[in-house]
Amino acid sequence: MSETSTIEPTDAEAQNVSAVAIRFAGDSGDGMQVAGTRFTEASAIFGNDLATFPNFPAEIRAPAGTLPGVSSFQVQIADRDILTAGDNPDVLVAMNPAALKANLADLAPAGTLIVNSDAFEERNLAKAGYDANPLTDGSLDAYRLLEVPMEALTKEAVKDTGLKGRGVLRSKNFFALGLMAWMFDRPHEPTLKWIDEKFGNDEAVRSGNELAFKAGYNLGETTEMFRNTFEVKPATLPPGTYTTVTGNQALAWGLVAAAQAAKLPLFYGSYPITPASDILHELAKHRNFGVRTFQAEDEIAAVGAAVGASFVGHLGVTGTSGPGLALKSETISLALILELPLLIVNVQRGGPSTGLPTKTEQSDLLMVMYGRHGESPLPIVSISTPADAFETTIEAVRIALKYMTPVILMSDGYIATSAEPWLLPDVSQLPDISVSFATETNGEDGEFLPYLRDPDTLARPWAIPGTAGLEHRVGGLEKEDKTGDVSYNPLNHEKMTILREEKIAGIANDIPEIEVDPDADADLLVLGWGSSYGPITSGIRRVRARGLKVAQVHLRYINPFPRNLDEVLRRYPKVLIPELNRGQLWRLIRSEFLVDATSYSKVQGQPFKSIEIETKIMEMLES
Amino acid sequence: MTDTAARYTRQDYQTDQEVRWCPGCGDYTILASVQNFMAGLDVDKEKVVFVSGIGCAARFPYYMNTYGMHSIHGRAPAIASGIAVARPELSVWVVTGDGDSLSIGGNHLIHAMRRNVNIKILLFNNQIYGLTKGQYSPTSEVGKRTKSSPTGSIDHPFNPISLALGAEASFVARTIDMDRDHTQEMLQRAYDHDGSALIEIYQNCNVFNDKAFIQLTGREERELNRIKIEHGRPVVFGPDDEYGVVIDDGAARIVEVSAVGIDAIHVHNAQASTPAAAFALSRLSHGPYGPTPVGVFREKPRLMYEDGLQQQIHDSQADRGPGDLQALIGSTGTWTVE
Repeated sequence: MSETSTIEPTDAEAQNVSAVAIRFAGDSGDGMQVAGTRFTEASAIFGNDLATFPNFPAEIRAPAGTLPGVSSFQVQIADRDILTAGDNPDVLVAMNPAALKANLADLAPAGTLIVNSDAFEERNLAKAGYDANPLTDGSLDAYRLLEVPMEALTKEAVKDTGLKGRGVLRSKNFFALGLMAWMFDRPHEPTLKWIDEKFGNDEAVRSGNELAFKAGYNLGETTEMFRNTFEVKPATLPPGTYTTVTGNQALAWGLVAAAQAAKLPLFYGSYPITPASDILHELAKHRNFGVRTFQAEDEIAAVGAAVGASFVGHLGVTGTSGPGLALKSETISLALILELPLLIVNVQRGGPSTGLPTKTEQSDLLMVMYGRHGESPLPIVSISTPADAFETTIEAVRIALKYMTPVILMSDGYIATSAEPWLLPDVSQLPDISVSFATETNGEDGEFLPYLRDPDTLARPWAIPGTAGLEHRVGGLEKEDKTGDVSYNPLNHEKMTILREEKIAGIANDIPEIEVDPDADADLLVLGWGSSYGPITSGIRRVRARGLKVAQVHLRYINPFPRNLDEVLRRYPKVLIPELNRGQLWRLIRSEFLVDATSYSKVQGQPFKSIEIETKIMEMLES
Repeated sequence: MTDTAARYTRQDYQTDQEVRWCPGCGDYTILASVQNFMAGLDVDKEKVVFVSGIGCAARFPYYMNTYGMHSIHGRAPAIASGIAVARPELSVWVVTGDGDSLSIGGNHLIHAMRRNVNIKILLFNNQIYGLTKGQYSPTSEVGKRTKSSPTGSIDHPFNPISLALGAEASFVARTIDMDRDHTQEMLQRAYDHDGSALIEIYQNCNVFNDKAFIQLTGREERELNRIKIEHGRPVVFGPDDEYGVVIDDGAARIVEVSAVGIDAIHVHNAQASTPAAAFALSRLSHGPYGPTPVGVFREKPRLMYEDGLQQQIHDSQADRGPGDLQALIGSTGTWTVE
């Protein structure tokens, strides 16, 4: 079973396909993200399994019509369980020549190409770098090309709404969406309802979008040009109630859930940064949950405020991306020596420096593992898919609270912005992760010892201001064992360094052992982490579909590693580690376990394609 | 109030830690003033939190028997903001120095004041880096010769009062370490103020910058140079109040009262609609050189950040009810698979 379907051209009125990938592409001001998201929503409600891949430039409005300004949204819908948005779209909607040029290479062989022909005039062609009009020079003959004058048809559709000037053409994304709704037989209601809710306070815009959507749909229905539609039946997902969720959304909800499960107020300190800002936006909406969002003056203040909140008994959380994490480093080390719970969310993006703010990468792993001054080990927990963010976030918070330590929760741009269906959990069944604040002195002489540790977890007590008799001082200077007083004693420093290290290492006894996905007796193990889960898993499915065996392990816990990882790695003659970096997990595995693993690296700001994983696995199996 | 106040003595606020400032340091005097002041306060000791950054002054929390955090360089206002926003019922104090708050932590200082988070910031200004043994600081005078400026500093210094007024601070005051009564009065005024409060405390570093404030502390000089400003009163000073301040065209200048008449003397208004006149007063001296105002420059309450946040939480709960997590995760539309 392949992850990406290829649609066989037929003359049938409605082709029945198992999975199909559609990409909407246009200028960043053309509303492609909206069109894609609405198509996704309608597909989710229809019952398909799906996965999305939004891809947009860092510039909010790059010059219109140019290649850097192209924004796209790919969604794969399927009648079965899928894991990625598809390697290559089967259908490409291109709103202008630049969108065509930037995306055509990805279109599947003989794929369907729907273009807004009105945009293919001399000026736009020149901006996109076309010498000749690709619609007429035969260069698109290998595709099923459908030319639609979307601008003229949108203008006609909205002519009675009172929309004027540029406002008229703003609705053309809904025209394109209407056309795709017809082509894939999507329900109308979710889109029309959304238009009503979103634009209800501006009747001209509301009715313009609705009319454009209907006009697009009607064009499909009445025009001979669109003889072919696709039928993608609902998927047979496990029973239950579903929603479509992006990684940032699931992570934000996971924080709200974790705070409830911990019986603590949530304090989220953050400074706007792509691609983490949506977590702040989502949390800021939920004041009624008692959520305190604090948009700080900078990244350092964001984590500092979270540390302050933790000191006084809140669930302190900060979220950022690589450049922000670099700035937070010193404060994270402070929280580490203070031994306070703190969650640091790192939504990775392409680096170094400003790098590729809107593109995905997994290149901060060594920074979170080693990028602090001093001996400063911290737990690292990693999210694999958008829906996985909810549960993994709660787990990261559990560790932070139980072990009184900062924890770094790794996400990335792909997880953050892409969406997938999520079987909603019953929140009454969430684990109780609450901890107790200290209320009594714990010393033999009736004194309070802020660094007297729990013998099992090595966690110190959490005594919060307001508790009479437990007044104490903490600080960044080395602590004396038990008392927490400032100490420059050489042996004490070594003891405390090792205690902090053992505390983190001991978490390995409190996390599940890894289970190897089928094919435990294979010759090759593919080890991954983070958002590569989808492409790796679908790549492995392709290999297994050939009748070959491949074992798979995907890590949620990166520090400490699951306690049986060493033994699991040694079962396989070959270990392949695909990562969107230059081999960072690979280096950790080699240095930790002396295992001669093979790195498979990609640093293009894009997720792996399933076929890339498949090809690499085949190469490994055949070598 | 008396009953509560009687619960504590200065000793209750002292810790068992050996105080390790250099003998003769102004920090000792300030510590005593703060401990005395706290002992008389109507606040439970366990609800007091002292937060500091890095520097000599930053050791302060270790010597206060309250909750405390000796954090990292410059970040105390940010950490304290998190504390105050999370737990508005706490009494939150920041102890910082001129390097800590005006150099590495300048950004956090101005934003804490702008937001009007209810934290009280005690800025020990000794115009030198003490802990790192004597480099010039952002309040050192131009031309100052130190280890890092052997040929004289070319850095133009900050005027902390001007800076705070420009940063929208709702309470700004200045005092002097040696003057315990005035220090305690300023502490009380800051404590009583709803919102962020900055007190610049001129603090003598007798090792690296001795007598920097001699014009305000010397027996001979101080009467001529200390301008005690008080809300609602004409700004006059000198042994017989013979000098005064007038403000014209936005600038303050010193005059002899007899030359202009008392009615021409500027009457200080700490609650004026704009901080313009207070700013003019702050420009009378750029550092403790010559006549320098001390006292409360500005005391103008406005919405505290944490009150605004609490109100939003309250309103949101009144409006939408307490959060329903199950409803939240289904809030963007759901479908059911049978």
